Amino acid sequence: MSQDKIEIARKFIQAIPHARALSMDVVAIGEGEATIRMPYDPRLIGDPETGVIHGGAVSTLMDTCGGAAAMSHPSLPSTTATLDLRIDYMRGATPGQAITAHAVCYHVTRSVAFVRATAFDDDRERPVATATGAFTVGN
Amino acid sequence: MARPAPEPVQKVKQRRDAALRALAQSVPYIQFLGIAFERRGDELTAVLTYDDKLIGNPFLPAIHGGVTAAFLEVTAIMALSWQRVWDQMESGALDVAMLEAGKLPRTPKTIDFTVDYLRTGLPRDAYARASVTRAGRRYASVQAEAWQDNRARPFAHATAHFLVPRDD
Repeated sequence: MSQDKIEIARKFIQAIPHARALSMDVVAIGEGEATIRMPYDPRLIGDPETGVIHGGAVSTLMDTCGGAAAMSHPSLPSTTATLDLRIDYMRGATPGQAITAHAVCYHVTRSVAFVRATAFDDDRERPVATATGAFTVGN
Repeated sequence: MARPAPEPVQKVKQRRDAALRALAQSVPYIQFLGIAFERRGDELTAVLTYDDKLIGNPFLPAIHGGVTAAFLEVTAIMALSWQRVWDQMESGALDVAMLEAGKLPRTPKTIDFTVDYLRTGLPRDAYARASVTRAGRRYASVQAEAWQDNRARPFAHATAHFLVPRDD
């Protein structure tokens, strides 16, 4: 994967105010796949008793990563918006650890991009959450 | 048979508002997004006050789809927690002073969450309400809907399942 491509995608993600607010960073991107990392942040805690990050922040990471995967598909859509997103939560992310999402855009039609995503913390064996989504495709 | 005199209205309101405040203020992420809750009786409306940091598409501009999902999830969780707190509070089983002191009920855990995006989220305030479709002993099913200018034209709705914490 070219370093230029990652740099362009990184700038693109950093131009999204809410992605910046969550300190998201592009780890890898290209050919309909994207990996984005979101560091642990106490402001994102959803369960004050345990310090576990709110599901909403995980959804935001999944949505951003899914959109990035769709945009990086070889068919090169010029715009994309989420139609629907389903997230399954396997477990709470371990407090203090970053969450990394990996999304694959596995099929694109003239109008729709279909995406699957998985989120992990430091434990790569047990996913924190998985997601499936449909995104609009503009040309 | 003589009934006990009803509680003064201010006392009732104060108790309910204090419980709601304690629930909402305990969650950092609710504060981070800038969500507040308005109450009419036991009905809650969540209000997401617009802020530039909520933008997901700076060119349109539009609210981030993740923010919309998060707003609906926060609303759904609060509806579920509030329903449980309300019942316990009104029956006298729950002391609101304990809530205020930080002794809060455990948070429901999201099992799955599905959001449909119906329209672009515009750069202005948004509102949401949730209804608990089924609250069992272990699982709960909740629906939520968000709108902006026009109540009849929601911009997103969601269906979610939660694992309900056991009271022990």
